[in-house]
Amino acid sequence: MTAISIRGLEKAYGSKRAVDGLDLDIETGEVFALLGPNGAGKTTTVEILEGFRTRDAGEVSVLGEDPHGANRLWRNRIGIVLQSSSGLDLLTPREILASTARSYAKPRAIDEVIAAVGLEEKADVRIAGLSGGQRRRLDVGLGIVGRPELLFLDEPTTGFDPQARRDFWELIRSLASEGTTILLTTHYLDEAEQLADRVGVIAGGQLLALDTPANLGGRASEEATVTWLEQGQRQSVRTATPTLEVRRLAERFEGEVPELVVNRPSLEDTYLSLIAPHVAAHDEPASHDTGRTNSIAQEVSA
Amino acid sequence: MNAVALGFDRTLLELKMYSREKEAVFFSFLFPILMLALFSVIFGDEMEAGGSQMSAAEYFLPGMISAGILLTSFQTMAMSVAAERDDGTLKRLRSTPMPPVSYFLGKVGLVVTTALAQQVLLLAVARFAFGVELPDTADRWFTFAWVFGLGAFAGTVLGTAYSSLATARTIGAVVVAPMLILQFISGVYFAFTDIPSWLQHIASIFPLKWIAQGMRSAFFPDQLASMEMAGAWEHGRTALVLGGWAVAGLVLCVLTFKWFKRGTT
Repeated sequence: MTAISIRGLEKAYGSKRAVDGLDLDIETGEVFALLGPNGAGKTTTVEILEGFRTRDAGEVSVLGEDPHGANRLWRNRIGIVLQSSSGLDLLTPREILASTARSYAKPRAIDEVIAAVGLEEKADVRIAGLSGGQRRRLDVGLGIVGRPELLFLDEPTTGFDPQARRDFWELIRSLASEGTTILLTTHYLDEAEQLADRVGVIAGGQLLALDTPANLGGRASEEATVTWLEQGQRQSVRTATPTLEVRRLAERFEGEVPELVVNRPSLEDTYLSLIAPHVAAHDEPASHDTGRTNSIAQEVSA
Repeated sequence: MNAVALGFDRTLLELKMYSREKEAVFFSFLFPILMLALFSVIFGDEMEAGGSQMSAAEYFLPGMISAGILLTSFQTMAMSVAAERDDGTLKRLRSTPMPPVSYFLGKVGLVVTTALAQQVLLLAVARFAFGVELPDTADRWFTFAWVFGLGAFAGTVLGTAYSSLATARTIGAVVVAPMLILQFISGVYFAFTDIPSWLQHIASIFPLKWIAQGMRSAFFPDQLASMEMAGAWEHGRTALVLGGWAVAGLVLCVLTFKWFKRGTT
């Protein structure tokens, strides 16, 4: 089953082609991470999928429907975690969760959602008094209160401390284990590696790579680099058989090899080399965008 | 839940937020009542209109009623919708299956509740604290009711349409300054006849002058009709102008209402 299907998606803002012929399928029950530099077209793509933006060309199907002009029944099946808004400051998490739940057909119990996002102690406190991480967890609570089949998460852990991120990942994993399809956009490569079944890298509005985090960009088969210190100099060898190389070194040094390191490209290395040609090319349109209207630039980079 | 039940639920939520926002309570809900008290303390019983002696509370009551209607409808709507559009509240509501009409029903519920409560409080203070004689005939109360209803409706739709003119950061200034000027030239704070006639003509374009005139017709002795611009209460024209603004505001709302802030779609 396909939860999201995108064929030849195009969207331009003036002369800037934000999404330029994107094809992508996301399976039901999958956790999919969309990665890409600022201005890559991530947010535009996601907002088209959410039904918040129109597209210029291409076919889009989300849970079997075109999100553009989709009805309430469709909205009932999706959850969107939006950026926190100060418009909630005067209410408590329990009040806004209860009010939001009422528009869904089969909402989760409010106490269950409060517990899932770890806001038990803040449930009846004005939202103005919540920390950034607590607000973000409330946003997630608002996204999942309607028991969605498909959840959109846009940069969910930006501004979290390390412990809060770990807790948040646990929450996402438990949602995924219940069968929720999750589309995640993030800047954090370790987050994608921790959570995603598959990763798509986009830049310049096009899909550059699509694979599991372990295999992205041919990472798994990439040669390893073995480095060590010899006669005051760093030596290094690229090899497909690092274990053999290390044994050979161990024999030559008759024991401990000084400052031995065996390295494979991290997801971050692979990602950075994938987007490298696009980052320089896209600096200019991005800053042009900022000059034109602030809000578009914010949206695109957000 | 259906759209109306959700609208009722939104009303309760709106009222919670409104009552928790001290600035809103003070500057739109209590403001006309405080002004009436202030005028009454400053001017006492020495007001004179059309040859008859009046207390300041009697004299200013119709104006404060009118200002209150516009504050709780127009100002509340313009400011809250602009803020909610800017801070993403409208987008968040749009991301749920809530029917859009429920949002507007919630706003209407908020305006109706706060405006009615404000009028009751204003009349009670005028009657019991300052001894103003309230109308004792049904047709005067009928006039009060339809001027109030039309005025509040026009204020609500016009405020919603007006919210698109500014961002949350600028809406305070964009709303408050014109409102203040309108209140002065529409005869809310002093006798409409003291205003130069060219300003009277400008004021006659806007709804507040007609709300105030309608309210004077409900609360003032009949002989004071001669003090009006036309020398009469002009109920027909009042209904026409307010009705026209209500319809125009509704059309503007439908044509211009945006769920997302400018430049994001």
